[in-house]
Amino acid sequence: MSQVAEDIMEISMGPQHPSTHGVFRMDVRLEGERVLRLKPVFGYLHRNHEKIAENASYLAAIPYTDRLDYLCSMTNNWGYALAVEKLAGLAVPERAEYIRVIVAELTRLQNHAGMVGFLLQDMGASGTPLMYAFTQREKVLDLFEELSGARMMCNYMRFGGVRVDCSPEWLRQTAALVAAFGGFLDEFEQLLTGNEILMARTQGVGVLPQELAINAGVTGPGLRASGVNYDLRKVDRYGIYERFQFRVPLGEHGDVFDRYMMRVLEMRESVKILEQALRDIPSGPVMDPKAKVRGLRPKVGEAYARIESPKGELGFYLISDGTPNPYRYRVRPPSLINLTVLEDMCLGQNIADVVVILGSIDIVMGEVDR
Amino acid sequence: MLGLGIVKGLIETARNFLGSYVDKNRLVTVQFPEERLPVAEAARNFPFLIYDGVDPEQGLRCVACQICEKECPPRCITIEKSKDKKPDFVGKSQFYPAVFDIDVSVCMSCQICVEVCPFDAIRMDNEFELSTTDRFGGLLWTKEKLARPNEHYLAIHPTEAAEVEARRAEEKAQAEAKKQQAAVTQ
Repeated sequence: MSQVAEDIMEISMGPQHPSTHGVFRMDVRLEGERVLRLKPVFGYLHRNHEKIAENASYLAAIPYTDRLDYLCSMTNNWGYALAVEKLAGLAVPERAEYIRVIVAELTRLQNHAGMVGFLLQDMGASGTPLMYAFTQREKVLDLFEELSGARMMCNYMRFGGVRVDCSPEWLRQTAALVAAFGGFLDEFEQLLTGNEILMARTQGVGVLPQELAINAGVTGPGLRASGVNYDLRKVDRYGIYERFQFRVPLGEHGDVFDRYMMRVLEMRESVKILEQALRDIPSGPVMDPKAKVRGLRPKVGEAYARIESPKGELGFYLISDGTPNPYRYRVRPPSLINLTVLEDMCLGQNIADVVVILGSIDIVMGEVDR
Repeated sequence: MLGLGIVKGLIETARNFLGSYVDKNRLVTVQFPEERLPVAEAARNFPFLIYDGVDPEQGLRCVACQICEKECPPRCITIEKSKDKKPDFVGKSQFYPAVFDIDVSVCMSCQICVEVCPFDAIRMDNEFELSTTDRFGGLLWTKEKLARPNEHYLAIHPTEAAEVEARRAEEKAQAEAKKQQAAVTQ
Protein backbone atom coordinates (compact mmCIF):
# COMPACT_ATOMS: atom_id res chain seq x y z
CA MET A 1 0.00 0.00 0.00
CA SER A 2 2.79 2.42 0.86
CA GLN A 3 4.17 1.72 -2.59
CA VAL A 4 0.92 3.03 -4.08
CA ALA A 5 0.85 6.06 -1.83
CA GLU A 6 4.18 7.16 -3.21
CA ASP A 7 2.73 7.21 -6.72
CA ILE A 8 -0.06 9.57 -5.79
CA MET A 9 0.32 12.98 -7.31
CA GLU A 10 -1.65 16.07 -6.54
CA ILE A 11 -1.98 18.64 -9.28
CA SER A 12 -3.81 21.91 -9.57
CA MET A 13 -5.76 22.35 -12.79
CA GLY A 14 -6.51 25.98 -13.41
CA PRO A 15 -7.44 28.71 -12.70
CA GLN A 16 -5.93 29.71 -16.03
CA HIS A 17 -6.71 26.70 -18.14
CA PRO A 18 -8.35 27.00 -21.53
CA SER A 19 -10.81 24.21 -20.96
CA THR A 20 -12.02 25.17 -17.50
CA HIS A 21 -14.53 27.60 -19.00
CA GLY A 22 -13.35 30.64 -17.11
CA VAL A 23 -11.32 31.07 -13.96
CA PHE A 24 -11.95 27.80 -12.16
CA ARG A 25 -9.50 25.56 -10.33
CA MET A 26 -9.60 21.86 -9.57
CA ASP A 27 -7.29 20.25 -7.03
CA VAL A 28 -6.96 16.75 -8.42
CA ARG A 29 -5.30 13.85 -6.62
CA LEU A 30 -4.15 11.27 -9.14
CA GLU A 31 -2.93 7.73 -9.06
CA GLY A 32 -1.29 7.41 -12.42
CA GLU A 33 -3.96 8.87 -14.64
CA ARG A 34 -6.87 7.87 -12.41
CA VAL A 35 -8.65 10.50 -10.32
CA LEU A 36 -8.75 9.67 -6.61
CA ARG A 37 -10.09 12.98 -5.35
CA LEU A 38 -11.16 16.23 -6.92
CA LYS A 39 -11.75 19.47 -5.10
CA PRO A 40 -13.32 22.31 -7.08
CA VAL A 41 -12.13 25.78 -6.05
CA PHE A 42 -14.07 28.77 -7.26
CA GLY A 43 -14.68 32.39 -6.40
CA TYR A 44 -12.12 33.97 -8.71
CA LEU A 45 -14.82 35.83 -10.62
CA HIS A 46 -16.82 37.05 -7.63
CA ARG A 47 -18.27 40.46 -8.42
CA ASN A 48 -20.58 41.02 -5.48
CA HIS A 49 -23.65 40.80 -7.68
CA GLU A 50 -26.20 40.30 -4.90
CA LYS A 51 -24.99 43.15 -2.70
CA ILE A 52 -24.77 45.51 -5.68
CA ALA A 53 -28.39 44.70 -6.51
CA GLU A 54 -29.44 45.30 -2.92
CA ASN A 55 -27.95 48.78 -3.05
CA ALA A 56 -29.40 49.69 -6.44
CA SER A 57 -32.94 50.27 -7.61
CA TYR A 58 -34.98 47.41 -9.03
CA LEU A 59 -34.37 48.70 -12.54
CA ALA A 60 -30.62 49.08 -12.11
CA ALA A 61 -30.22 45.37 -11.30
CA ILE A 62 -31.36 44.25 -14.77
CA PRO A 63 -28.11 45.07 -16.58
CA TYR A 64 -26.23 43.22 -13.84
CA THR A 65 -28.33 40.08 -14.39
CA ASP A 66 -27.08 40.12 -18.01
CA ARG A 67 -23.64 39.49 -16.62
CA LEU A 68 -24.53 36.42 -14.56
CA ASP A 69 -24.61 33.85 -17.30
CA TYR A 70 -23.24 36.03 -20.04
CA LEU A 71 -24.19 33.60 -22.79
CA CYS A 72 -27.89 33.74 -21.91
CA SER A 73 -28.66 37.30 -20.88
CA MET A 74 -32.24 37.11 -22.16
CA THR A 75 -33.25 34.26 -19.86
CA ASN A 76 -31.52 35.93 -16.90
CA ASN A 77 -33.56 39.07 -17.57
CA TRP A 78 -36.70 36.99 -17.71
CA GLY A 79 -36.07 35.26 -14.39
CA TYR A 80 -35.49 38.54 -12.62
CA ALA A 81 -38.39 40.31 -14.33
CA LEU A 82 -40.66 37.43 -13.33
CA ALA A 83 -39.62 37.74 -9.68
CA VAL A 84 -40.27 41.48 -9.60
CA GLU A 85 -43.59 41.05 -11.40
CA LYS A 86 -44.62 38.54 -8.77
CA LEU A 87 -43.54 40.91 -6.02
CA ALA A 88 -45.21 44.00 -7.46
CA GLY A 89 -48.22 42.24 -8.99
CA LEU A 90 -47.70 43.35 -12.57
CA ALA A 91 -49.33 41.70 -15.57
CA VAL A 92 -47.53 41.08 -18.84
CA PRO A 93 -49.31 41.76 -22.14
CA GLU A 94 -49.87 38.89 -24.54
CA ARG A 95 -47.45 40.06 -27.21
CA ALA A 96 -44.66 40.59 -24.69
CA GLU A 97 -45.15 37.02 -23.43
CA TYR A 98 -44.70 35.71 -26.95
CA ILE A 99 -41.61 37.84 -27.54
CA ARG A 100 -40.18 36.56 -24.26
CA VAL A 101 -40.69 32.95 -25.31
CA ILE A 102 -39.13 33.65 -28.72
CA VAL A 103 -36.01 35.30 -27.34
CA ALA A 104 -35.66 32.69 -24.57
CA GLU A 105 -35.81 29.81 -27.03
CA LEU A 106 -33.36 31.60 -29.34
CA THR A 107 -31.09 31.90 -26.32
CA ARG A 108 -31.44 28.18 -25.71
CA LEU A 109 -30.50 27.45 -29.33
CA GLN A 110 -27.35 29.54 -29.21
CA ASN A 111 -26.34 28.33 -25.74
CA HIS A 112 -26.73 24.65 -26.58
CA ALA A 113 -25.02 25.00 -29.96
CA GLY A 114 -22.13 26.78 -28.27
CA MET A 115 -22.01 24.23 -25.45
CA VAL A 116 -21.71 21.32 -27.88
CA GLY A 117 -18.99 23.18 -29.73
CA PHE A 118 -17.04 23.80 -26.53
CA LEU A 119 -17.50 20.19 -25.42
CA LEU A 120 -15.97 18.99 -28.67
CA GLN A 121 -13.20 21.55 -28.28
CA ASP A 122 -12.46 20.03 -24.85
CA MET A 123 -12.24 16.61 -26.48
CA GLY A 124 -9.62 17.87 -28.85
CA ALA A 125 -11.67 18.50 -31.98
CA SER A 126 -9.89 21.80 -32.45
CA GLY A 127 -12.12 24.35 -33.97
CA THR A 128 -14.35 22.78 -36.56
CA PRO A 129 -17.46 21.86 -34.49
CA LEU A 130 -17.07 25.02 -32.42
CA MET A 131 -16.86 27.22 -35.49
CA TYR A 132 -19.85 25.52 -37.08
CA ALA A 133 -21.83 26.14 -33.90
CA PHE A 134 -20.67 29.75 -33.82
CA THR A 135 -21.92 30.47 -37.33
CA GLN A 136 -25.42 29.81 -35.99
CA ARG A 137 -24.81 31.57 -32.70
CA GLU A 138 -23.66 34.59 -34.68
CA LYS A 139 -26.97 34.73 -36.53
CA VAL A 140 -28.92 34.62 -33.26
CA LEU A 141 -26.74 37.35 -31.77
CA ASP A 142 -27.33 39.52 -34.84
CA LEU A 143 -31.06 39.17 -34.23
CA PHE A 144 -30.57 40.15 -30.58
CA GLU A 145 -28.58 43.20 -31.63
CA GLU A 146 -31.29 44.31 -33.99
CA LEU A 147 -33.93 43.87 -31.31
CA SER A 148 -32.25 45.08 -28.13
CA GLY A 149 -29.20 47.00 -29.34
CA ALA A 150 -26.60 44.66 -27.90
CA ARG A 151 -25.43 41.22 -28.86
CA MET A 152 -24.76 39.70 -25.48
CA MET A 153 -25.67 42.18 -22.75
CA CYS A 154 -29.20 42.62 -24.03
CA ASN A 155 -30.86 44.36 -21.05
CA TYR A 156 -34.12 43.77 -22.87
CA MET A 157 -36.88 42.76 -20.46
CA ARG A 158 -38.66 45.08 -18.09
CA PHE A 159 -41.13 44.53 -15.27
CA GLY A 160 -44.45 44.26 -17.04
CA GLY A 161 -43.21 43.51 -20.52
CA VAL A 162 -40.25 44.09 -22.77
CA ARG A 163 -38.42 47.31 -23.56
CA VAL A 164 -39.15 47.69 -27.27
CA ASP A 165 -41.48 46.00 -29.69
CA CYS A 166 -40.09 43.83 -32.47
CA SER A 167 -40.65 44.80 -36.07
CA PRO A 168 -42.37 42.57 -38.67
CA GLU A 169 -39.02 42.47 -40.46
CA TRP A 170 -37.38 41.08 -37.33
CA LEU A 171 -40.03 38.38 -37.03
CA ARG A 172 -39.50 37.49 -40.67
CA GLN A 173 -35.75 37.16 -40.16
CA THR A 174 -36.31 35.04 -37.06
CA ALA A 175 -38.67 32.76 -38.96
CA ALA A 176 -36.03 32.35 -41.67
CA LEU A 177 -33.41 31.43 -39.07
CA VAL A 178 -35.73 28.96 -37.38
CA ALA A 179 -36.64 27.37 -40.73
CA ALA A 180 -32.96 26.89 -41.58
CA PHE A 181 -31.94 25.68 -38.11
CA GLY A 182 -33.22 22.13 -38.60
CA GLY A 183 -30.92 21.76 -41.61
CA PHE A 184 -27.99 22.98 -39.56
CA LEU A 185 -28.79 20.46 -36.81
CA ASP A 186 -28.89 17.64 -39.37
CA GLU A 187 -25.46 18.65 -40.64
CA PHE A 188 -24.15 19.06 -37.11
CA GLU A 189 -25.34 15.59 -36.12
CA GLN A 190 -23.95 14.11 -39.31
CA LEU A 191 -20.61 15.58 -38.31
CA LEU A 192 -20.71 14.50 -34.67
CA THR A 193 -23.28 12.03 -33.41
CA GLY A 194 -22.10 8.93 -35.22
CA ASN A 195 -18.43 9.77 -34.83
CA GLU A 196 -16.58 6.83 -33.28
CA ILE A 197 -14.05 9.01 -31.47
CA LEU A 198 -16.79 11.05 -29.85
CA MET A 199 -18.61 7.91 -28.77
CA ALA A 200 -15.44 6.36 -27.35
CA ARG A 201 -14.67 9.52 -25.41
CA THR A 202 -18.18 10.06 -24.05
CA GLN A 203 -20.11 6.82 -23.64
CA GLY A 204 -19.90 5.48 -20.11
CA VAL A 205 -17.81 8.47 -19.03
CA GLY A 206 -18.86 10.67 -16.12
CA VAL A 207 -22.01 8.76 -15.21
CA LEU A 208 -24.36 10.68 -12.95
CA PRO A 209 -26.75 8.27 -11.21
CA GLN A 210 -30.38 9.35 -11.05
CA GLU A 211 -30.50 9.19 -7.26
CA LEU A 212 -27.48 11.41 -6.84
CA ALA A 213 -28.69 13.89 -9.46
CA ILE A 214 -31.95 14.39 -7.59
CA ASN A 215 -30.35 14.58 -4.16
CA ALA A 216 -27.73 17.08 -5.27
CA GLY A 217 -30.34 19.35 -6.80
CA VAL A 218 -28.98 19.10 -10.32
CA THR A 219 -31.37 20.67 -12.84
CA GLY A 220 -31.57 21.24 -16.55
CA PRO A 221 -30.28 18.99 -19.31
CA GLY A 222 -27.85 17.34 -16.88
CA LEU A 223 -30.74 16.04 -14.77
CA ARG A 224 -32.81 14.97 -17.75
CA ALA A 225 -29.84 13.07 -19.18
CA SER A 226 -30.06 10.89 -16.05
CA GLY A 227 -33.66 10.11 -16.91
CA VAL A 228 -35.55 12.42 -14.56
CA ASN A 229 -38.50 14.06 -16.24
CA TYR A 230 -38.24 17.52 -14.75
CA ASP A 231 -38.48 20.60 -16.94
CA LEU A 232 -39.81 23.80 -15.40
CA ARG A 233 -41.45 24.72 -18.69
CA LYS A 234 -43.68 21.71 -18.09
CA VAL A 235 -43.73 21.70 -14.28
CA ASP A 236 -44.29 25.40 -13.55
CA ARG A 237 -45.67 26.45 -16.94
CA TYR A 238 -44.45 29.97 -16.32
CA GLY A 239 -45.19 32.54 -18.98
CA ILE A 240 -47.30 30.96 -21.68
CA TYR A 241 -45.49 27.64 -22.06
CA GLU A 242 -48.69 25.63 -21.58
CA ARG A 243 -49.78 26.76 -25.06
CA PHE A 244 -46.95 25.07 -26.89
CA GLN A 245 -46.62 21.47 -27.99
CA PHE A 246 -43.17 20.14 -27.23
CA ARG A 247 -41.59 17.10 -25.67
CA VAL A 248 -38.95 16.82 -22.99
CA PRO A 249 -36.10 14.57 -24.14
CA LEU A 250 -34.82 12.14 -21.51
CA GLY A 251 -31.57 10.23 -21.31
CA GLU A 252 -30.97 6.70 -20.06
CA HIS A 253 -27.41 6.36 -18.87
CA GLY A 254 -26.58 9.80 -17.52
CA ASP A 255 -23.16 9.79 -19.14
CA VAL A 256 -21.49 12.54 -21.15
CA PHE A 257 -22.93 11.20 -24.41
CA ASP A 258 -26.47 11.46 -23.03
CA ARG A 259 -25.80 15.00 -21.87
CA TYR A 260 -24.54 15.82 -25.36
CA MET A 261 -27.62 14.25 -26.96
CA MET A 262 -29.92 16.17 -24.59
CA ARG A 263 -28.61 19.42 -25.99
CA VAL A 264 -29.11 18.36 -29.59
CA LEU A 265 -32.63 17.06 -28.93
CA GLU A 266 -33.59 20.13 -26.91
CA MET A 267 -32.53 22.34 -29.79
CA ARG A 268 -34.92 20.41 -32.01
CA GLU A 269 -37.73 20.93 -29.48
CA SER A 270 -36.87 24.63 -29.20
CA VAL A 271 -37.23 24.92 -32.96
CA LYS A 272 -40.74 23.49 -32.61
CA ILE A 273 -41.65 26.00 -29.88
CA LEU A 274 -40.27 28.85 -31.97
CA GLU A 275 -42.29 27.80 -35.00
CA GLN A 276 -45.48 27.79 -32.94
CA ALA A 277 -44.69 31.09 -31.22
CA LEU A 278 -43.87 32.84 -34.48
CA ARG A 279 -47.08 31.54 -35.99
CA ASP A 280 -49.33 32.63 -33.12
CA ILE A 281 -47.80 35.94 -32.03
CA PRO A 282 -50.58 38.53 -31.66
CA SER A 283 -50.30 42.29 -32.09
CA GLY A 284 -50.77 44.70 -29.21
CA PRO A 285 -48.80 46.57 -26.58
CA VAL A 286 -45.60 45.14 -25.12
CA MET A 287 -45.67 46.92 -21.77
CA ASP A 288 -48.17 46.88 -18.92
CA PRO A 289 -49.49 50.48 -18.82
CA LYS A 290 -49.44 50.37 -15.00
CA ALA A 291 -45.75 49.52 -14.89
CA LYS A 292 -43.35 52.33 -14.11
CA VAL A 293 -39.84 52.20 -15.50
CA ARG A 294 -38.36 54.30 -12.72
CA GLY A 295 -38.95 54.46 -8.98
CA LEU A 296 -40.62 51.08 -8.51
CA ARG A 297 -41.50 50.52 -4.84
CA PRO A 298 -43.17 47.13 -4.38
CA LYS A 299 -45.14 46.69 -1.19
CA VAL A 300 -43.58 44.76 1.69
CA GLY A 301 -43.28 41.08 0.86
CA GLU A 302 -41.18 38.39 -0.72
CA ALA A 303 -41.20 36.51 -4.00
CA TYR A 304 -39.35 33.64 -5.60
CA ALA A 305 -39.55 33.10 -9.33
CA ARG A 306 -37.77 30.42 -11.31
CA ILE A 307 -37.39 29.65 -14.96
CA GLU A 308 -35.84 26.90 -17.02
CA SER A 309 -32.74 28.65 -18.28
CA PRO A 310 -30.65 26.72 -20.83
CA LYS A 311 -28.44 25.53 -17.97
CA GLY A 312 -31.14 24.55 -15.49
CA GLU A 313 -33.35 26.10 -12.86
CA LEU A 314 -32.54 29.78 -12.52
CA GLY A 315 -34.27 31.33 -9.52
CA PHE A 316 -34.44 34.83 -8.10
CA TYR A 317 -35.52 35.45 -4.52
CA LEU A 318 -36.45 38.97 -3.50
CA ILE A 319 -37.56 40.53 -0.25
CA SER A 320 -39.03 44.01 -0.40
CA ASP A 321 -39.27 46.33 2.59
CA GLY A 322 -41.13 49.00 0.66
CA THR A 323 -38.05 51.02 -0.28
CA PRO A 324 -36.84 51.54 -3.88
CA ASN A 325 -34.20 48.85 -3.53
CA PRO A 326 -34.67 45.21 -2.49
CA TYR A 327 -33.93 44.28 1.12
CA ARG A 328 -32.61 40.90 0.05
CA TYR A 329 -31.73 39.70 -3.41
CA ARG A 330 -30.62 36.17 -3.97
CA VAL A 331 -29.84 34.20 -7.12
CA ARG A 332 -30.16 30.44 -7.37
CA PRO A 333 -27.67 29.78 -10.15
CA PRO A 334 -27.96 26.48 -12.03
CA SER A 335 -24.27 26.41 -12.94
CA LEU A 336 -23.07 26.44 -9.32
CA ILE A 337 -25.42 23.72 -8.13
CA ASN A 338 -24.78 21.50 -11.16
CA LEU A 339 -21.08 21.85 -10.46
CA THR A 340 -21.34 20.31 -6.98
CA VAL A 341 -21.56 16.77 -8.39
CA LEU A 342 -18.35 17.16 -10.39
CA GLU A 343 -16.25 15.11 -7.98
CA ASP A 344 -18.71 12.20 -7.93
CA MET A 345 -18.73 12.09 -11.72
CA CYS A 346 -14.95 12.26 -12.02
CA LEU A 347 -13.87 9.67 -9.42
CA GLY A 348 -12.13 6.72 -11.04
CA GLN A 349 -12.00 8.40 -14.43
CA ASN A 350 -8.90 9.42 -16.34
CA ILE A 351 -7.53 12.90 -16.00
CA ALA A 352 -8.23 13.54 -19.69
CA ASP A 353 -11.90 12.80 -19.09
CA VAL A 354 -12.20 15.34 -16.28
CA VAL A 355 -12.08 18.14 -18.81
CA VAL A 356 -14.75 16.46 -20.93
CA ILE A 357 -17.00 15.88 -17.90
CA LEU A 358 -16.63 19.49 -16.83
CA GLY A 359 -17.51 20.60 -20.35
CA SER A 360 -20.61 18.42 -20.32
CA ILE A 361 -22.01 20.15 -17.22
CA ASP A 362 -22.11 23.42 -19.17
CA ILE A 363 -21.04 26.03 -16.65
CA VAL A 364 -20.41 29.73 -16.97
CA MET A 365 -18.19 31.09 -14.22
CA GLY A 366 -19.99 34.42 -14.21
CA GLU A 367 -22.96 32.60 -12.79
CA VAL A 368 -21.06 30.27 -10.46
CA ASP A 369 -19.20 33.05 -8.65
CA ARG A 370 -21.58 35.96 -9.25
CA MET B 1 -18.49 -0.50 -39.89
CA LEU B 2 -15.95 1.14 -37.67
CA GLY B 3 -14.87 4.50 -39.01
CA LEU B 4 -18.03 5.19 -40.98
CA GLY B 5 -19.01 8.02 -38.62
CA ILE B 6 -15.67 9.69 -39.12
CA VAL B 7 -15.98 9.41 -42.90
CA LYS B 8 -19.47 10.91 -42.74
CA GLY B 9 -18.14 13.80 -40.67
CA LEU B 10 -15.32 14.37 -43.13
CA ILE B 11 -17.83 14.49 -45.98
CA GLU B 12 -19.62 17.19 -44.02
CA THR B 13 -16.49 19.29 -43.57
CA ALA B 14 -15.61 18.80 -47.24
CA ARG B 15 -19.08 19.94 -48.22
CA ASN B 16 -18.68 23.08 -46.14
CA PHE B 17 -15.19 23.75 -47.46
CA LEU B 18 -16.06 23.30 -51.13
CA GLY B 19 -19.47 24.88 -50.64
CA SER B 20 -17.84 28.06 -49.39
CA TYR B 21 -16.63 28.71 -52.94
CA VAL B 22 -20.14 28.75 -54.38
CA ASP B 23 -22.54 29.40 -51.49
CA LYS B 24 -22.46 32.73 -49.68
CA ASN B 25 -24.14 31.21 -46.61
CA ARG B 26 -21.21 28.90 -46.03
CA LEU B 27 -18.65 31.70 -46.27
CA VAL B 28 -19.41 33.50 -43.05
CA THR B 29 -16.21 35.25 -42.01
CA VAL B 30 -16.14 39.01 -42.43
CA GLN B 31 -12.61 40.36 -42.90
CA PHE B 32 -12.79 43.20 -40.39
CA PRO B 33 -11.36 45.97 -40.56
CA GLU B 34 -11.05 45.89 -44.35
CA GLU B 35 -14.62 44.70 -44.69
CA ARG B 36 -17.37 46.11 -42.48
CA LEU B 37 -20.97 45.14 -41.99
CA PRO B 38 -23.59 47.86 -41.61
CA VAL B 39 -24.33 48.62 -37.95
CA ALA B 40 -27.85 47.71 -36.78
CA GLU B 41 -30.13 50.66 -36.20
CA ALA B 42 -30.80 49.72 -32.58
CA ALA B 43 -27.10 49.18 -31.86
CA ARG B 44 -25.86 51.00 -28.81
CA ASN B 45 -22.47 51.52 -27.36
CA PHE B 46 -21.90 54.76 -25.47
CA PRO B 47 -24.13 57.73 -24.61
CA PHE B 48 -23.92 61.21 -26.09
CA LEU B 49 -25.67 64.48 -25.26
CA ILE B 50 -27.90 66.03 -27.88
CA TYR B 51 -27.79 69.74 -28.69
CA ASP B 52 -30.14 71.66 -30.98
CA GLY B 53 -28.89 74.29 -33.39
CA VAL B 54 -25.24 75.04 -33.98
CA ASP B 55 -23.82 75.93 -30.56
CA PRO B 56 -23.11 72.88 -28.37
CA GLU B 57 -23.03 75.04 -25.25
CA GLN B 58 -26.31 76.93 -25.86
CA GLY B 59 -28.35 74.19 -27.49
CA LEU B 60 -27.67 71.40 -24.99
CA ARG B 61 -30.98 69.79 -24.04
CA CYS B 62 -29.77 68.55 -20.66
CA VAL B 63 -31.28 70.47 -17.73
CA ALA B 64 -29.06 68.86 -15.07
CA CYS B 65 -31.97 67.12 -13.31
CA GLN B 66 -29.49 64.39 -12.26
CA ILE B 67 -31.94 61.51 -12.75
CA CYS B 68 -29.50 59.60 -14.96
CA GLU B 69 -26.74 60.17 -12.42
CA LYS B 70 -28.87 58.52 -9.73
CA GLU B 71 -30.20 55.68 -11.92
CA CYS B 72 -26.94 54.75 -13.65
CA PRO B 73 -26.16 51.20 -12.41
CA PRO B 74 -22.35 51.53 -12.32
CA ARG B 75 -22.57 55.24 -11.32
CA CYS B 76 -20.34 56.47 -14.13
CA ILE B 77 -22.04 59.86 -14.62
CA THR B 78 -21.03 63.01 -12.74
CA ILE B 79 -23.22 66.11 -13.02
CA GLU B 80 -22.86 69.52 -11.44
CA LYS B 81 -25.78 71.89 -11.73
CA SER B 82 -25.25 75.43 -13.00
CA LYS B 83 -25.86 78.48 -10.80
CA ASP B 84 -27.74 80.46 -13.49
CA LYS B 85 -30.48 79.41 -15.89
CA LYS B 86 -31.03 79.49 -19.64
CA PRO B 87 -34.21 79.08 -21.70
CA ASP B 88 -34.96 75.63 -23.19
CA PHE B 89 -36.71 74.83 -26.48
CA VAL B 90 -40.17 75.87 -25.27
CA GLY B 91 -38.81 79.03 -23.68
CA LYS B 92 -38.94 77.81 -20.10
CA SER B 93 -35.99 78.86 -17.96
CA GLN B 94 -33.93 75.82 -16.93
CA PHE B 95 -30.65 74.92 -15.30
CA TYR B 96 -27.92 73.46 -17.45
CA PRO B 97 -25.03 71.15 -16.50
CA ALA B 98 -21.90 73.06 -15.48
CA VAL B 99 -20.12 69.70 -15.44
CA PHE B 100 -21.29 66.54 -17.20
CA ASP B 101 -18.71 63.76 -17.21
CA ILE B 102 -19.05 60.11 -18.19
CA ASP B 103 -16.29 57.64 -17.45
CA VAL B 104 -15.94 55.43 -20.53
CA SER B 105 -14.03 52.77 -18.62
CA VAL B 106 -16.91 52.33 -16.15
CA CYS B 107 -19.95 52.68 -18.44
CA MET B 108 -21.53 49.32 -19.27
CA SER B 109 -23.66 50.47 -22.23
CA CYS B 110 -26.96 49.47 -20.64
CA GLN B 111 -28.86 52.56 -21.87
CA ILE B 112 -30.78 53.02 -18.63
CA CYS B 113 -29.77 56.71 -18.68
CA VAL B 114 -31.55 57.00 -22.02
CA GLU B 115 -34.70 55.35 -20.73
CA VAL B 116 -35.05 57.49 -17.62
CA CYS B 117 -34.24 60.85 -19.26
CA PRO B 118 -37.46 62.92 -19.42
CA PHE B 119 -35.92 65.57 -21.70
CA ASP B 120 -34.66 63.40 -24.61
CA ALA B 121 -31.25 64.84 -23.85
CA ILE B 122 -29.11 61.71 -23.73
CA ARG B 123 -29.04 58.97 -26.36
CA MET B 124 -26.85 56.03 -27.32
CA ASP B 125 -24.24 56.35 -30.03
CA ASN B 126 -23.31 53.35 -32.16
CA GLU B 127 -19.66 54.25 -32.55
CA PHE B 128 -17.56 51.42 -31.14
CA GLU B 129 -13.90 52.16 -31.82
CA LEU B 130 -13.27 54.19 -28.67
CA SER B 131 -9.93 52.82 -27.54
CA THR B 132 -7.28 55.28 -26.47
CA THR B 133 -3.68 55.17 -25.30
CA ASP B 134 -4.39 57.72 -22.56
CA ARG B 135 -5.61 55.66 -19.62
CA PHE B 136 -6.96 58.46 -17.45
CA GLY B 137 -7.85 61.70 -19.22
CA GLY B 138 -8.76 59.99 -22.45
CA LEU B 139 -11.39 57.81 -20.82
CA LEU B 140 -13.19 60.58 -18.95
CA TRP B 141 -15.47 62.29 -21.45
CA THR B 142 -16.56 65.83 -20.60
CA LYS B 143 -19.69 67.51 -21.92
CA GLU B 144 -17.74 69.13 -24.77
CA LYS B 145 -16.74 65.71 -26.04
CA LEU B 146 -20.17 64.17 -25.34
CA ALA B 147 -22.19 66.83 -27.17
CA ARG B 148 -23.44 65.80 -30.59
CA PRO B 149 -25.88 67.66 -32.86
CA ASN B 150 -29.46 66.46 -33.20
CA GLU B 151 -28.72 65.68 -36.87
CA HIS B 152 -26.36 62.94 -35.70
CA TYR B 153 -29.18 61.35 -33.71
CA LEU B 154 -31.50 61.57 -36.70
CA ALA B 155 -28.88 59.88 -38.84
CA ILE B 156 -28.08 56.92 -36.57
CA HIS B 157 -31.52 56.08 -35.10
CA PRO B 158 -33.95 57.43 -37.75
CA THR B 159 -37.14 55.64 -36.61
CA GLU B 160 -36.74 56.42 -32.93
CA ALA B 161 -35.58 59.99 -33.63
CA ALA B 162 -38.58 60.70 -35.85
CA GLU B 163 -40.91 59.82 -32.94
CA VAL B 164 -38.97 62.07 -30.58
CA GLU B 165 -39.01 64.93 -33.10
CA ALA B 166 -42.77 64.64 -33.56
CA ARG B 167 -43.35 64.66 -29.81
CA ARG B 168 -41.12 67.65 -29.24
CA ALA B 169 -42.75 69.58 -32.09
CA GLU B 170 -46.13 68.95 -30.48
CA GLU B 171 -44.90 70.08 -27.05
CA LYS B 172 -43.47 73.22 -28.59
CA ALA B 173 -46.71 73.98 -30.44
CA GLN B 174 -48.69 73.49 -27.21
CA ALA B 175 -46.35 75.78 -25.30
CA GLU B 176 -46.65 78.48 -27.96
CA ALA B 177 -50.44 78.21 -28.06
CA LYS B 178 -50.48 78.62 -24.28
CA LYS B 179 -48.26 81.67 -24.51
CA GLN B 180 -50.51 83.25 -27.15
CA GLN B 181 -53.57 82.53 -25.07
CA ALA B 182 -51.91 84.12 -22.06
CA ALA B 183 -51.11 87.20 -24.17
CA VAL B 184 -54.71 87.40 -25.40
CA THR B 185 -56.21 87.15 -21.90
CA GLN B 186 -53.87 89.85 -20.66
